[in-house]
Amino acid sequence: MKEKASILNENDIERILKRISHEIIERNKGSKNLVFIGIQKRGVPLAVRIAKNIEELEKNNLKIGRLDITFYRDDVGSKIKPAIEITDIPFEIDDKDIILVDDVLFTGRTIRASLDAIIDFGRPKTIQLVVLVDRGHRELPIRADYVGKNIPTARDEFVEVRLKEIDDIDMVTICQAE
Amino acid sequence: MLSTKNIISIDDLSVDDINLIMENADSFYEVLGREFKKLPTLRGKTIINLFFESSTRTRTSFEIAAKRLSADLINFSASTSSLKKGESIIDTIKTIQSMMIDLLIMRHPDSGAMNFIAGNIDVPLINAGDGKHQHPTQALLDLYTIKKSFKDFKGLKVAIAGDILNSRVARSDIKLFRRMGMDVTIVSAPMLLPVNLEYFDSNYVYDIEKIIEDIDILYMLRMQFERQDRKYYPSIKEYNRFLSLNMERLKKMKKGSIIMHPGPVNRGIEISENVMNHGENYSGFKINTQVTNGVAVRMALIYLMLGST
Repeated sequence: MKEKASILNENDIERILKRISHEIIERNKGSKNLVFIGIQKRGVPLAVRIAKNIEELEKNNLKIGRLDITFYRDDVGSKIKPAIEITDIPFEIDDKDIILVDDVLFTGRTIRASLDAIIDFGRPKTIQLVVLVDRGHRELPIRADYVGKNIPTARDEFVEVRLKEIDDIDMVTICQAE
Repeated sequence: MLSTKNIISIDDLSVDDINLIMENADSFYEVLGREFKKLPTLRGKTIINLFFESSTRTRTSFEIAAKRLSADLINFSASTSSLKKGESIIDTIKTIQSMMIDLLIMRHPDSGAMNFIAGNIDVPLINAGDGKHQHPTQALLDLYTIKKSFKDFKGLKVAIAGDILNSRVARSDIKLFRRMGMDVTIVSAPMLLPVNLEYFDSNYVYDIEKIIEDIDILYMLRMQFERQDRKYYPSIKEYNRFLSLNMERLKKMKKGSIIMHPGPVNRGIEISENVMNHGENYSGFKINTQVTNGVAVRMALIYLMLGST
């Protein structure tokens, strides 16, 4: 893959996550009923960072879960990708406001699968979606509640998100398949 | 995404396949702990359990695994089948295949039956046990049980005790354990061993006392006194003396070691009543854990096999 443009650097990402943390507190009038679920793989460190920001501001402890949606995909029959990431939601979600976090929002199918997975765990009060990047091209009626950056892309481009916890660097770039 | 279309022998799987199955089993094990134990993954897939030999554990384990993945599984047992009416096995299989199924899980009393069947059908096949030949899914769940108790396979000392001659479990287990780098010792008597022991590439002792203090894993096999055409052992007492696990021997086992058995256990024969009654108090007693792990591993297998195109 060829890198075309650098969209966000480390500082941009940090500011975005701080802003989103404040938006979440504002919209939920605090953080008492919030729980976090990060979508594997890169939604997880993002969820952790946002939760930490809110914990510092609100002086409390927030629960964070990890969700792998491989078994809920809608393309399972055609080409199954082996599941390697763990799903770990060690808390009750009934009546909670779930902050669902992913790195890139594209067709919306991953989020659809996540909603199905979460509903199997219980009945949350609300599910609110945080994405670092919204790159357009939705194929289902799905939208994010909190968006880091809107990046218009062509269908054959890729948005590559790298995070320190996994890739040793914080960076978002647009790439083209060669 | 496995390198093989059918799983007939444990040798059909590459080391990469085995590691992939182990990883996936972890994800499915997590699902078993949920309150809502269902995944939509294999909706619309049809699986047939074709058991020509009676079995409750293995059959139920596969059935639960399939249903947890939302696949449709139908049980077909030989006693109620058209075989009684004289239909040949091939015709039976072709009839079933014509019902547009996705996966066949089969158990048969004849060694080699699977290879014969696989050559005559298009549908992928999982061997749930054929005669004395192989029981690959048992070996995989045994490996997974070991993986959850120890960090690495390499160098682990395993003793497999009992009737190796008649055991498809032993044949699959020993091959698999050796392939993953474990040190295997067969504990048995000459009349319970197959002719060429070199096939197993393992150590051999006739008395369980000789290895009981050194091993990390003690795997007990089922000894069937009642179902024997010839006498393999003079008496149960003599079997107990050399090949069984009792409380005294259990106490000699080293810290962190585990005990396994494919089930069902013959109390008083290969494992004493005392050990079976107090087994759950001992953290190394993995016989029940194996059953739970079996569902997770079979879910992983069915998932990986129905994904290969």
